[in-house]
Amino acid sequence: MQKIIKVGLIISALLSFSAMAEALKIEITQGVSSAQPIAVVPFSTTQVAGGLPVDIAQVVSDDLARSGRFKPLSRVDMLNKPSTAEQVNFRNWQALGQDNLVVGKVIPDVSGKLLVQFQLFDVYKGEQLTGFSIPANRSSLRGVAHRISDLIYEKLTGQKGAFSTRMAYVTSMPGLNGKPEYKIQVADADGYGAKTIVTSSEPIMSPAWSPRGDKISYVSYEGRRSSIYTQTLRTGQREKLRSFKGINGAPSWSPDGTQLALTLSKDGSADIYIYNVITRSFRRLTRSYAIDTEPDWSPDGRQIIFTSDRGGKPQIYRISVNGGQAARVTFEGSYNARASYSPDGKFITMVQRVKGQYRIATLDLKTGFTSILTNGQLDESPSYAPNGSMILYSTNDGLKSILAAVSSDGKVRQKLRLQGGEVREPAWSPFKIQ
Amino acid sequence: MKRYQKVMMSLLLSTALAGCSMFGDDESTTSGINGTNDVTGGANTAGMGDGSDFVGHPLDNPSSPLATKVIYFAFDSSAIEPQYEAVLAAHGAYLASNAGVSIFVEGHADERGTREYNVALSEKRAKTVQNLLSLQGASGNQTEAVALGEEKPVALGHDETSWHLNRRVELIYPAH
Repeated sequence: MQKIIKVGLIISALLSFSAMAEALKIEITQGVSSAQPIAVVPFSTTQVAGGLPVDIAQVVSDDLARSGRFKPLSRVDMLNKPSTAEQVNFRNWQALGQDNLVVGKVIPDVSGKLLVQFQLFDVYKGEQLTGFSIPANRSSLRGVAHRISDLIYEKLTGQKGAFSTRMAYVTSMPGLNGKPEYKIQVADADGYGAKTIVTSSEPIMSPAWSPRGDKISYVSYEGRRSSIYTQTLRTGQREKLRSFKGINGAPSWSPDGTQLALTLSKDGSADIYIYNVITRSFRRLTRSYAIDTEPDWSPDGRQIIFTSDRGGKPQIYRISVNGGQAARVTFEGSYNARASYSPDGKFITMVQRVKGQYRIATLDLKTGFTSILTNGQLDESPSYAPNGSMILYSTNDGLKSILAAVSSDGKVRQKLRLQGGEVREPAWSPFKIQ
Repeated sequence: MKRYQKVMMSLLLSTALAGCSMFGDDESTTSGINGTNDVTGGANTAGMGDGSDFVGHPLDNPSSPLATKVIYFAFDSSAIEPQYEAVLAAHGAYLASNAGVSIFVEGHADERGTREYNVALSEKRAKTVQNLLSLQGASGNQTEAVALGEEKPVALGHDETSWHLNRRVELIYPAH
C-alpha cells in the first residue's frame, strides 16, 4: 500500500513566503577570547543601480561570528572602507589589531546579472590568501554571501565551512481554533528564509535529513496513529511508509541513503528495525523486552547506536547493522539518550541527565571522556553541523522552547530566537551537493 | 443519531446535576481529570452516591469508577498506582460486557527526557493499562494502545505539578 500522496496544503505552504517574516534573532550568549580578529569591509555596490537587498559583508561577518572562531571588527571602528586590493593600506588594519581582512564589490555582469568579487588578505604579511568572482542575481545574494563565508572559513581554519547548509525543526503554536498547529520548517543555517514544509493539527516530530539533503523523513500523528513519511523538499510530495500497530518512530537515514533505521513496537516493546528504501522491506535489528529507540548510523554505515533501558535506565548501546550482541557505550550518569555520531565518527553527542537537569553532552569514543556542553534544564535533540564544528539543540528560554547552538568544544553558545510558538527538534542538514 | 444521543445525554446529565452547586453546570467534572476526588463529596451532597438516581450512560456516572478515564504515573515509571486498580478493573469489566465497544488507550509522558524515548515510555504505560483491561476480560481488539510521548501535554508548566498531570494514560471511548 505504498502511496504517493500529494497534499495541496503542503505545496501551497512551500510556495508561500510569508514565513520569511518570521525573522530569527541570534544572540551569542557565551563567546571565547581566542577568536581571531577579522575585518569584513562593506562591499562596494556603487556600480549597481538601485543598490542591493542584501548586505553581503554583514551576512559574512555574522556567519563568522556565529562560528565562535572569529571576532569581526565593528564597522564604526574601520578607518576607511576599501573595496579593492589597491585601496588597502595594511598598516591601518595592523594598527587595529586585525589578523585578516576581507574586501569586495558587486558589479553588473555583461549579461545583466551580477558578479560578486571578494579578496581575503593576511594583514601582517600583506598578501592575498584567496579571492573569488562569483556570478549572482538579486535573489541569490544571501546564498553567495554564505559561500564566501565557507571559503573564508575553510582558508583560515582548514575545516570546511557549513554556512551554506540548512536546518529543519518542528514548531508548535496555538492555531486559529485554539487547537495546536504543528509544523516542520526548513531554514538557512542562520535562520533566514524559513519555509513550512508540512502543517498538521496533530503532533509532528523527529525530522531526519536524507544524506543528499533532498528529503526529510518525519513522524506524523495524522489520524491519531503515528506514521513515518518521507517528503521530497523540492516538490513537497511525500510518501507514507507502511505503518504498523504501535510506534512508528525515530527515522534515521543510512549514510548511503538506501536504508532507514527506525523504531517499531509491532512485535511487543519498542525495537530498532531497518527499512530498505529500494525493496521496501523491514528487518528487525534489536530483540529486547526493553525500550530500544532513537537509532543513528555511524558515518561508515556499519554500526547503529540507540537508546535502550535494558539495563534499567536509558543508556546508549551500539550494535552492528547485521545484528548480534549490542554493547553498552555510555556509563556515566543515570540517563543518556538520543545519541548521534559526529561526522568523523569519533564522538557521539547525546542528552545526559545531570543532577535532575537535561544537558547536551559529548562522549569521546576513543578515550571514553564525557563533556557536558550546555547548562540548561531541558536541553534536547542535539544535531551536529556537517563539519562537526557546532551542535544545534533545543533549550528552554523562560517558558518557551527555542533553538540554540554550541561549539562542539563547548566554548561558544548562542540562542536562536524565532518569533512565535515553540521551536524544537533541530536537524542540521548535510553539506549541499553542488 | 449519535449526536442526538449525546445531546440527550448531556441534557439528562445537566438535569441530574441541577441543584448541586458544587458541580454547577460544569460537565467536565464527570469526565474530567479530578473526577475521583470531587465525585465522592459532590455525590454525597447530591444524593447520587449509589448511582441509583443517576440517569445516563454508565461511563458518565460520576459515582462510578468508570467516570475516571485518566490515570497518572510516577516519573519514568509505567507501574499502576494502587488507587487506579479499581478504575481499571471497572473499565475492563465494562469492555468485557460490552464487546462492541472499543477504545484507545493513549499514553503520555512529561517533557523531561528525549522525545522518542518518551514515546516508547508512554507506550509502555499504555500497554500496562491494556494488559490490566484484558485481565478483566476485555479482548485484545477492543483496545488499541497509542503512544504520544510528550507531544500532547495537558499542563504547560515546567514544574512537578504540570509534569504529574502530563504523565498519564487516557482511556478514550471514541464512539461515546
